[in-house]
Amino acid sequence: MLTKRVIACLDVMDGRVVKGVRFREHKDMGDFLELAARYREQGADELVFYDIAASADKKSVRRDWVRRTAKALDIPFCVAGGIRSVADAEEVLNAGADKISVNSPALERPELITELAARFGNQCVVVGVDSKRDGGAMKVYQYTGRAEKTRESGRELLGWLKEAQERGAGEVVLNCMDRDGTGEGYDLEQLKAARAVLSIPLVASGGAKTPLHFVEAYAAGADAALAAGIFHRGEVTVGQIKAELKSKGIPVRL
Amino acid sequence: MIAVVDTGGANLASVIDALERLGAAAELTKDAARIKASPRVILPGVGNAADAMKRLASAGLVETLRGLTQPVLGICLGMQLLFESSTEGPARCLGVLPGEVARLKGPLPVPHMGWNSVKADGSEALLAGVPPNSFFYFVHSYRAPEGPWVTASAEYGESVPAVVRKGNFSGVQFHPERSAAAGSKVLANFLKS
Repeated sequence: MLTKRVIACLDVMDGRVVKGVRFREHKDMGDFLELAARYREQGADELVFYDIAASADKKSVRRDWVRRTAKALDIPFCVAGGIRSVADAEEVLNAGADKISVNSPALERPELITELAARFGNQCVVVGVDSKRDGGAMKVYQYTGRAEKTRESGRELLGWLKEAQERGAGEVVLNCMDRDGTGEGYDLEQLKAARAVLSIPLVASGGAKTPLHFVEAYAAGADAALAAGIFHRGEVTVGQIKAELKSKGIPVRL
Repeated sequence: MIAVVDTGGANLASVIDALERLGAAAELTKDAARIKASPRVILPGVGNAADAMKRLASAGLVETLRGLTQPVLGICLGMQLLFESSTEGPARCLGVLPGEVARLKGPLPVPHMGWNSVKADGSEALLAGVPPNSFFYFVHSYRAPEGPWVTASAEYGESVPAVVRKGNFSGVQFHPERSAAAGSKVLANFLKS
């Protein structure tokens, strides 16, 4: 049986793990190596490392940071941050990442998804999507790592998800910006809408605080649910979330 | 020195890191002589079957790999390459094992991505000392054919071969290098084999 995954997320800016609210006012949360090792110990099913400012700063995630973190892990490791080409992706994978995640660069040039899938297989290519409600619409945002550079990409959420899947994405991480850092729970409506158009795995992101939020995300069709702030601040451990999930009948790896 | 065959795909570094955690020295290589001389060979890989076979062919490694007599472990795509062919490409593969690798049927999400429990028939040396129904990390869209070579399986809407074996050749569909303690045990068993 396939378990539901609990993913710990490291948003890294200028070499430190940070966390904001709705992608703004980032506060320092600690050292990425220390946190990576802690979440591995706590039983995280996967670790994601986002160099959140890389795309906005026209840079690419530092290979030595990826290398050092990868060496400390024996669980899956996904890396994002300004990966703009097959060559960038190859370097990041060679540094020890198992999957690469593209967000702003895929919006700049959607063919990137196709190229990465052809070279590494679609299971290796994650597309991260930052979505924000705008009246009744769900819009995709870009360069969200730096508040002053954040902009609406001109794409509507479901259309972009379908295109990403057709181009060869192997997984989607849906970051609902309005919920980020709020602790109000995942945006279940957006998750359901995304699930309805996707046949690839879907990862919920943004708003988690309690075990119930995870249960709701899985019920809405997410295969995995990601959280950051609650783990960084020590409000709850990955292990505590998973134990609660198990007691509620959700299959998890303990 | 364990030879990790350079299939040009991803996950090469994480396999070497995992071996190093077990105290085994490993090198990434596409040198036929070094591969032949190595006491253990790992054929890793995440990627596309046709692409990987093209790389092995251009490095002149197809016959070398087919003829190996020391313990060989294929991981994920590396396991799939042990079969005759794959519909991914399509590709002609190494043909150590018979049959064709084909896409997962669905309707569950494909790729099959995440931690799945594995049921073994008890005879598989790679799983010695691993508690029954342990979880391993899978990430793949294609599956090996069923047959007497399958020694452990995962259930994902259909039965998915998780470990295969023929003589000195073995393969795992999951990623032992990213499957925490259970995966580490599998690699340790391979190093002892």
